Amino acid sequence: MDDLNQLQEQIKLELIAARDPEALEQWRIKYLGRKGLMNNLFRGLGSMLVEDRAARGKALNQFRQMVQEAFEERQQALKEAQLQAELAAEGVDVTLPGRRPQLGHIHPISRTLRDIYRVFSNMGFQIYTARDVETDEVNFQLLNFPKGHPAREMQDTFHTTVPDILLRTHTSPGQIRAMRDYHPEPIRVILPGKCYRYEQVTARSEMMFYQVEGLAVGRHITFADLKGTLVAFANQLFGEGRKLRFRCSHFPFTEPSAEVDIDCISCGGKGCRLCKYTGWLEILGCGMVHPNVLRNGGYDPDIYSGYAFGMGPERIAMLLHNVDDIRYFYANDARFLPQFA
Amino acid sequence: MRAPLSWLKDYVDITLPVDELEEKLTLAGLEVANVEYIGVRPPESVRRRKQMKADEVITGNGHIVWERDKIFVGQIVESRKHPNADRLILATVDYGAGEPMTIITGAPNLKPGDSGQKVAFATLGSVLIDPYADHFKTMRLKSGKIRGIRSEGMACSEKELGISEEHEGIIILPDDAPVGAPLADYLGDVVFDIDITPNMIRIASIIGVAREVAAITGAALHAPLPTWQTQAPPASDYCDIEIVDDDLCYRFTATIIRDVQVKPSPFWMQHRLKLLGQRPISNLVDITNYVMFEWGKPLHAFDYDRLRERARSIGKDKVKIIVRRAEEGERFTTLDNVERTLDHDVLMICDEVGPVGIGGVMGGLETEISDTTTTVLLESASFNFINIRQTSRKFKLPSEAAYRFSRGVPSELDPIGNIRGAQLMADLGGGDIASGIVEDYPRPQTMVEVPVTARDVERWLGIALSQDEIVAILQRLEFETRVEGETIWATAPWYRLDVNITADVLEEIARIYGYDNIPITMLSDELPPQRHNWQLELEEHLRDILTGAGLQETINYTLTTVANHAKLYPDQPELAPTADQFITLANPLSSERVVMRRSLIVSALENLRRNLRYQDRLATFELGLIYIPEEGDGELPAEQRRLSIAMTGPRDPGGWLGGDPEPMDFFDLKGVIEVMLERLNAGPATYEPADMPYCGPRCARVLVDGEAIGVFGELHPRVRQAYDLPDRPVVVADLDTDALLPYFRQKTHLRPFSDFPPVKEDIALIVDEDIPAGRVEALIRQTGGPMLIDVRLFDLYRGKSIPIGKKSLAYSLTFQSPTKTLSDKDTAKFRRKIVGRLSREIGAQLREG
Repeated sequence: MDDLNQLQEQIKLELIAARDPEALEQWRIKYLGRKGLMNNLFRGLGSMLVEDRAARGKALNQFRQMVQEAFEERQQALKEAQLQAELAAEGVDVTLPGRRPQLGHIHPISRTLRDIYRVFSNMGFQIYTARDVETDEVNFQLLNFPKGHPAREMQDTFHTTVPDILLRTHTSPGQIRAMRDYHPEPIRVILPGKCYRYEQVTARSEMMFYQVEGLAVGRHITFADLKGTLVAFANQLFGEGRKLRFRCSHFPFTEPSAEVDIDCISCGGKGCRLCKYTGWLEILGCGMVHPNVLRNGGYDPDIYSGYAFGMGPERIAMLLHNVDDIRYFYANDARFLPQFA
Repeated sequence: MRAPLSWLKDYVDITLPVDELEEKLTLAGLEVANVEYIGVRPPESVRRRKQMKADEVITGNGHIVWERDKIFVGQIVESRKHPNADRLILATVDYGAGEPMTIITGAPNLKPGDSGQKVAFATLGSVLIDPYADHFKTMRLKSGKIRGIRSEGMACSEKELGISEEHEGIIILPDDAPVGAPLADYLGDVVFDIDITPNMIRIASIIGVAREVAAITGAALHAPLPTWQTQAPPASDYCDIEIVDDDLCYRFTATIIRDVQVKPSPFWMQHRLKLLGQRPISNLVDITNYVMFEWGKPLHAFDYDRLRERARSIGKDKVKIIVRRAEEGERFTTLDNVERTLDHDVLMICDEVGPVGIGGVMGGLETEISDTTTTVLLESASFNFINIRQTSRKFKLPSEAAYRFSRGVPSELDPIGNIRGAQLMADLGGGDIASGIVEDYPRPQTMVEVPVTARDVERWLGIALSQDEIVAILQRLEFETRVEGETIWATAPWYRLDVNITADVLEEIARIYGYDNIPITMLSDELPPQRHNWQLELEEHLRDILTGAGLQETINYTLTTVANHAKLYPDQPELAPTADQFITLANPLSSERVVMRRSLIVSALENLRRNLRYQDRLATFELGLIYIPEEGDGELPAEQRRLSIAMTGPRDPGGWLGGDPEPMDFFDLKGVIEVMLERLNAGPATYEPADMPYCGPRCARVLVDGEAIGVFGELHPRVRQAYDLPDRPVVVADLDTDALLPYFRQKTHLRPFSDFPPVKEDIALIVDEDIPAGRVEALIRQTGGPMLIDVRLFDLYRGKSIPIGKKSLAYSLTFQSPTKTLSDKDTAKFRRKIVGRLSREIGAQLREG
């Protein structure tokens, strides 16, 4: 059987030389095809002596099996090589930029309002929206600012050409509207909205700005509760462990009234530029609802009491995000707004 | 209100360190806006907060420490002319240690030959303020020769020490100033600058602040009422007083001081006025100011001889002061030499000839005191604060006096001001005082007795105090109290007009008890019924949807102009809202912000104009209000919620992966609206052509369930021009968010879906150009029935092989049955039905191949 051994050498060499699927197919046709060498060898059996035939046949079968296995092995190896080559070709520079969908952002004031809503919603407050254009009566008189009262000077007003119709100077008229709507139920509401003041626009003051007012009215509401609510709020919004300072102040629609400072979020109260070296940042005004205001809202101050507070979301956003100019908020500069993730 | 510590100490024992006092005052409602350290070092806590170095001599803007080992009270021993300079003086100064020193000075208030004057003497090495610098700057005093002679120190001006801006001459201290004392000990001071809330006008005086310090700290107050010595004939011999309009003037008191001599007031008075930021003028003027700052009582000094001359001119011997409203159109020259036209709301101080002063606001030129005045009529009166405030504003005459009067000065203070002022004039002007006060007091000040109980305190403040504790607090505030069972009847001291009801007393209790001492509790009251705020919730949801769709939220000014609205009507200016259809400001701040907007589109376009300078792609939205007067309730306008969207610039600016540089158009915006409505469950939405003045031909109305919810389209080129926008497409939408509320509130109901395979079938149809695609799709959907689960337009074609006036619409249809796998036969049947219907109703032909 030397011929087969010789052939085996030749076939294997050629098989190794077949380096791609086409070459392998050529090889297959040459040796294992219908008219290929293998079939020719088997056909040769017919012309052999019967006694030789059996041995030769057996050898041929073994030979064929060996060749077939070699072929399949080679085929598998080539497939694997091809897959590896393909995968290698699919590698990318992962530092190239991705395909980005267009991105939109919520306005930083809307976002701040949301944060405020969330904190107060958790304490059972609901959101009540009141109107921008108001009457002198609701904006001032029912809140204890009679005409000519000096406290009106604290809130320079945009008047309209219609007598006694003005742009609200604060969200507090919403207190009257909420009380009149909900009377005689207990009340816990947050009143957000735009307010307007006749003030020169500077880095620190805007003619149009938001306020968020809070109002709670019930049979057992105290100044101590007011402190508790605001301490909880400050810790939620500005981080745990904040210190609050309540300073006596004056608003015509609350009595007693207070202004509230938190310990400076930048220096922690040690003194820095942000807090003007005082260690404190003023964040809101508050107080117990004045009996006249309760009465104007339909609640008897001998039975009911309430507290109110008000804050400026711009001020809060400025503190939280290091914004040093309030005018950015309503200029809607496309270089400013998208910075608020 | 500026309050120097040295002056406060005249009336109250202050032992607290300055920083603690500052904190206590601030917490009790006397907000200390600033503390000036004049010559003295701030306390440790302040130095730490301000990060001041240990040897820092600057204590604040404009103020320095007068080093105790360098700056002293000195005395001029001798002064002579500088041998080499005409206008310089060589002075020898004894400063209590070692040899007297020689200094060179050019001060105009020192002459050769002067000696004995006490001065503020700075030795070499002292840090002083550079008086010639444009802004606050310090300098270190160095030895130097001037014209051959060495100067060994300096006699300082006020400016060099940071006391005032005065640099005309050197400070001449009182004769009793102790030579050799560190100047900081003798003249150093701390000045509190306190913001005054409108209810606290009682602290617009040093005694007012001192009373608060006493109440807050518990220290003793000693501010006795002033007394006087009168020798001259009764004041009633000199004048009569009649208040005509007692609704505007409650009390008018007058005193007469005779034979006064006008001269500068003494150092102590000048110095105190300077610490308060006032410029001393003469003893008489300074005294009226001094009493105002000391007691909070504005005074007015008339030159009595001028009044007398006027009386004589009409044959009267006695002056009569008449307080009345001005006549309409009456004219009057105030002491600032401006002639003013009066009206019936202005309260005038008059004599029988005519006006001599505007009550509480400003005196008249003719009767004002001058250097030659010898007899003074001193007015101390109280007025209706609202009226004074109107008058002061009307004439734009704000003043320290008008400021106090316009917040309310108690009538009980009137005679106190008279007595104090007259006595000071007699003391410092050398005159005598006519006996008694002449007055008219038609409306005596009322004292309100207010009830308060321990239960009120608990109910309102959340603190449990006994009746005794409450009484003790009120007594610290000089309230009179009367206990009647459970009730404490409290009467505020005469100098307070701000305590009228129980809540006012509760505030006082809280303030003195200390806001910091009130406990922190959580609300324990009944929880109110919980309600939705659907509009707000919808808006919040829309924010998420629209930012998710790649849009940036904006919040714009609601104030704009009529003209900006008119720009939206390039072809039909007659349709633009007219000026009377707006809420218009009576007092706008700028011509750009005059009316409340009636359209969010105006705001969106103003915003695009600003931002397109910096970038070429913008996609924004705003949720806000528009203000429609004619749909409002009475005089208040309707405030309607709207959503605007504006988009312009390349669809996808692209990058290395390619992009889509084509400008965003009608269909980009429509896509956003479709997505938005789908996420709100608002459907089915339909679209019909619309004709908005600010849009070109690509303009549509969107309807949900047949109800219009808004319009959108591509901006008319002329609107772009009017808004100075670049020459490329801008698409805008104006939607009514309230119309979307019902859908937002509606719950999603799950539609069953099938597990059998879907089958896709494409059809291309040739239809007339004027058949809207929406109609074709609607017919397909109707005809396809429930098995047709999706219809998608994938091609719109005009041109080769399509007849002129026709278009080809190619749809991909998806069929699916809930109960079986659809066969080719089934879908062919659906297809035939659809084609047949389209052919019958709109003449559609199936496009072959």
